[in-house]
Amino acid sequence: MSVDRRTDTEPEAGAETQDENLVELKVFRYDPDVEEKQKPRYDEFLIPRERGMSVLEALIEARDRFDPSLTFRHSCRQAICGSDAMLINGQHALACKTLVEDLAEPIRVEPLAHLDVEKDLVVEMEHFYDQMAAVEPFFDPDELPDDALTEQRQSPENREQIKLSTRCIWCASCMSSCNIAAGDNEYLGPASINMAYRFLMDEREGEQRGAERIEHIADDHGVWRCQTQFSCTEVCPKDIPLTEHIQALKREAAKKNLKFW
Amino acid sequence: MAQIHTHDVIVVGAGGAGLMAAIGAHEAGVDVALVSKLHPVRSHTGAAEGGINAALRSGDSWDLHAQDTMKGSDYLGDAPAVETLCRDAPEDVMQLEHWGMPFSREEDGTVSQRPFGGLSFPRTTYAGAETGHHLLHTLYQQVVKRGIRVYDEWFVTRLAVTDEENPTDRVCHGVVGYDIATGELAGFHATGGVVIATGGPGQVYDHTTNAVSCTGDGAAMAYRVGVPLQDMEFVQFHPTTLPSTGVLISEGVRGEGGILYNSEGERFMFEHGYAANSGELASRDVVSRAELTEIAAGRGIEDEYVHLDMRHLGEERITDRLENILHLAEDFEGVDGLEEPMPVKPGQHYEMGGIETDENGATCIDGLYAAGECACVSVHGANRLGGNALPELIVFGKRAGLAAAGADLGAARIDTGRTHRAEPCDSELPEAAGGQAEPEVVTDGGTTEPTNVVEAAIADEKDRIDRLKRRDSDLHHSDLRNRIQRTMTDNVNVFRTEAGIRAALDEIRDVRAAYADVSVKDPSSTFNTDLIQTIETRNVIDIAETIALGALAREEFRGAHWREQFQERDDDEWLKHTFVSWDDGQPSLWYKPAILEGEAGRYEPKERSY
Repeated sequence: MSVDRRTDTEPEAGAETQDENLVELKVFRYDPDVEEKQKPRYDEFLIPRERGMSVLEALIEARDRFDPSLTFRHSCRQAICGSDAMLINGQHALACKTLVEDLAEPIRVEPLAHLDVEKDLVVEMEHFYDQMAAVEPFFDPDELPDDALTEQRQSPENREQIKLSTRCIWCASCMSSCNIAAGDNEYLGPASINMAYRFLMDEREGEQRGAERIEHIADDHGVWRCQTQFSCTEVCPKDIPLTEHIQALKREAAKKNLKFW
Repeated sequence: MAQIHTHDVIVVGAGGAGLMAAIGAHEAGVDVALVSKLHPVRSHTGAAEGGINAALRSGDSWDLHAQDTMKGSDYLGDAPAVETLCRDAPEDVMQLEHWGMPFSREEDGTVSQRPFGGLSFPRTTYAGAETGHHLLHTLYQQVVKRGIRVYDEWFVTRLAVTDEENPTDRVCHGVVGYDIATGELAGFHATGGVVIATGGPGQVYDHTTNAVSCTGDGAAMAYRVGVPLQDMEFVQFHPTTLPSTGVLISEGVRGEGGILYNSEGERFMFEHGYAANSGELASRDVVSRAELTEIAAGRGIEDEYVHLDMRHLGEERITDRLENILHLAEDFEGVDGLEEPMPVKPGQHYEMGGIETDENGATCIDGLYAAGECACVSVHGANRLGGNALPELIVFGKRAGLAAAGADLGAARIDTGRTHRAEPCDSELPEAAGGQAEPEVVTDGGTTEPTNVVEAAIADEKDRIDRLKRRDSDLHHSDLRNRIQRTMTDNVNVFRTEAGIRAALDEIRDVRAAYADVSVKDPSSTFNTDLIQTIETRNVIDIAETIALGALAREEFRGAHWREQFQERDDDEWLKHTFVSWDDGQPSLWYKPAILEGEAGRYEPKERSY
C-alpha cells in the first residue's frame, strides 16, 4: 500500500536535548492496522547514551524499554544481512553500522524512500525482489567440466573484477536513492543491473549466455535509463561502484550493437 | 478457516542447510517449498567468514579430514556421520563452484585453500573472509533458478505431529506458519516430509556472534513434540570476537598467520604452553580457554580482551584474503587492522548439539528431518572444528532434502530415539527443572487424517496467539530474554562450576514460570515483531534449560565443556551422547554411547593436544 508520508509532527530541526546523557530519536511511525497509527507521525524517544552505540541499538532500546510496537527489520547486527537500511537524518544507512556519536541530534529515523511503507520503518520489499529476479540471477555456464571433482578455472584477475559486484546484500538503499527508479517502476534498478554485471563479467559463463544477458538488460527499462547521477554509488553500504558497473554494461551493450533506448 | 498449503516437502528455514535441502528435494523430483521467518538472503549463514573444509587436493584425503574431525570432537563425533561428511564434502564443494560461487583463486585458476585450526592439511576452501555470504547467495540463486516456492517472512511456530505415547510412533504431517506481514495463520501440509533447518540458538547468550534471529526455534519445536535434543551442553565459544558487539573476527586471520598477544606482549599460546605445536591454530575450545586464563591471570588488556595482530601479513595479503575483517574491525570496534592489533575475546558462536538425526537427516519421528546447526548428526561432538559448519550444511542439508523426498540413501547406521542402546541418567538433577510450560504441541485432533492433524495444530496455535495478545500484564518478553542471556553468560560459559549451573537452572525455572504472565503489547496484525519475539523467547528458555541440564550432569572435561571439579576427560564413564527429552512437561536426561566404529576400524580416543 502506498502511504502518504506527510505528518503533522515534522521534527523540528535543531531542537536541543535537555539531558546530554540521553540520545534523542525522532522515529517515523505508521501502522495501517492500528487506529491511532493510521495517520503517519513522528515519535520522540530519549535513550540513555552509551559509548559506541549504534542507531540500531538505540532503536532496540526504544522498543524494549518504551514501546514494544516500534517495528524495524534487523538480524545480523554486522552489515551482512541487509535488513536494516533506512534513512537516518535523511541519509541512507544501515542502522547497525551507523554510530549515534557521529550524528547530529535529534536523530531522525525514517523508512527507505520510494518503497511502500508496511509499518514504521519496515518497507515493502517485493518490488525490489521482483527486479532482482528479473535478470535471471543465477550462474549459467555454457558448459561444465565432466568430472564432478574438477573446478572451472577462473583467473584471480577475473575474480577481482567481479569481486565488488558479489558483495551486494540486497538492502535496497540504491533503489531507494535512485530518481529513475522512483519515476519508472519497471526500471531494473542499480542492484539488479549489478547482479547482471556479476554474471556477465564472470569468465566462467559463456559467450552465448552473455549475449542473452546483454539483450535483457539493454531493453527499455534497463541500463540506458540510468542517467549517471551516482546516487546509488554514494549510498551503497558495501561500496560497490554501481554506476561504474551500469556504465560498463552500457559499453557491452553498445559493443554488441544492440538496441539503444 | 485457515488456508492449508500442500507440498511434498516443506523446508523450515532458508539458510544454507534449508536452501540445500530444498535443492536436494527438487533434484529428487518432488514439489518442495521453503518457509522462513526471514527472506533467504537475510539468513545467518551469510555471516560465516572463514571457509569450507573439503579434501580436494593431492596429499589430502577424506580420511585425514575424518581423523582431524574426530580428534577435534574430542571423540564424541559419530563415525558414520563424520565419514559421510568428509566423503561427500569434496563433490559438494565442487558443486558450489559449478554453481558459480566466487571462491578465492590461485594463479592457475584453481580454488584456494588455507590452514585452519585443528586441521592437518590446509583444506579450508574460502571466498575472501565472506565465504558464508557467497555460499548463501549462490544457493539462493539455485533456488530461484529452479523456481522453488519460497514463503518468506512466514514464521513457523508449531509442528503438526500426532500424539502417540511413544515419540518414535508419532508422525509429522506439516507445520503451522504465521505470515509476519499480515498476521494470517496458515497450515503447511507436507505429504512427504518436513525438514527443519532453522539454525542455531546463539540468543541464549548475551555476547554472541549470532544474529538476533538465532533463537533456536526449530530445535525447541522439535523438542516439544518429543524429539530428543542431543549434546546441547557443548557450546562453542569462538576465541576471536570483538569485545563491544560480539561480531566475529574469522579464524582465517590466524589461518593466514595472525598472532595472539597478551598485555605483556607475549605470544601466550606458545609461551604459556597452551598449544606448544599449533599455537594460535589449536582448536577453538583450547584457544578460548587460553585467552580467558590469560585475562584471569591479569594479562588481559583492560581486564577484558587480548590482541589479535595481523599487521605483519602486509596490506596486499590482508586486502586479498581478509578484506572483510578490516571493514568489521573498523565499523564495529573503530580499529584499523592494518595499523594496530585488534581487540578480541571469546564469544558464543555455535551450538554443537541439536535435534538428534541419523546421517540421512531423519529424526525418530516419521516424516520429520533436520539439518544444519539446529541438528546434531553428530559430526562435531564436543567441539566443532573451524570450517566444518559449512560443509555440514551442504552435505547434510542435501541428504535431508533427498531423504524427505523419498530418495534412497541407504540404511542409516545411526539409530534415533530411545533405542536398546539408551542408558539412564544417574545424576541428581534439580527438582521440577522444567514444569509450568504452556499446553504442548503434540496433537492429532482425534484422528490420524493428515490434514486434520494440521488443522488441529492451527487451532491450537490460534489459541496461543490470541492468549498472548489478549493477556494484560506489564511483563515484556525482553526482560525474560535478558535474564536468560545474563544467567547463561555468567554461569554456563567457557568455565563452568556446579554452583553456577545450578544457579542458572534456578533462574531458568523462575523465568519459565514468569513466562506464563508475559504479554504482547502491540495489538497489530501487521509485522508484529513484539509477538514474534515473545514466541521466540519461549524457544530461548527451552533451549537454555537443555544446555544447562546437560552441563550439570556431565561430570568431566571434554571439548568445549569444562567443569571446575572434573578436570579430566573420562572415557570410561562419558564416551556417550547426552539426550534431553521433553516428557509430560518435564525435561528428562538419558544417554547413548558414541559410535566410534568407522569403515576402516575404530577411532581410538587419544590424548588431545595441539
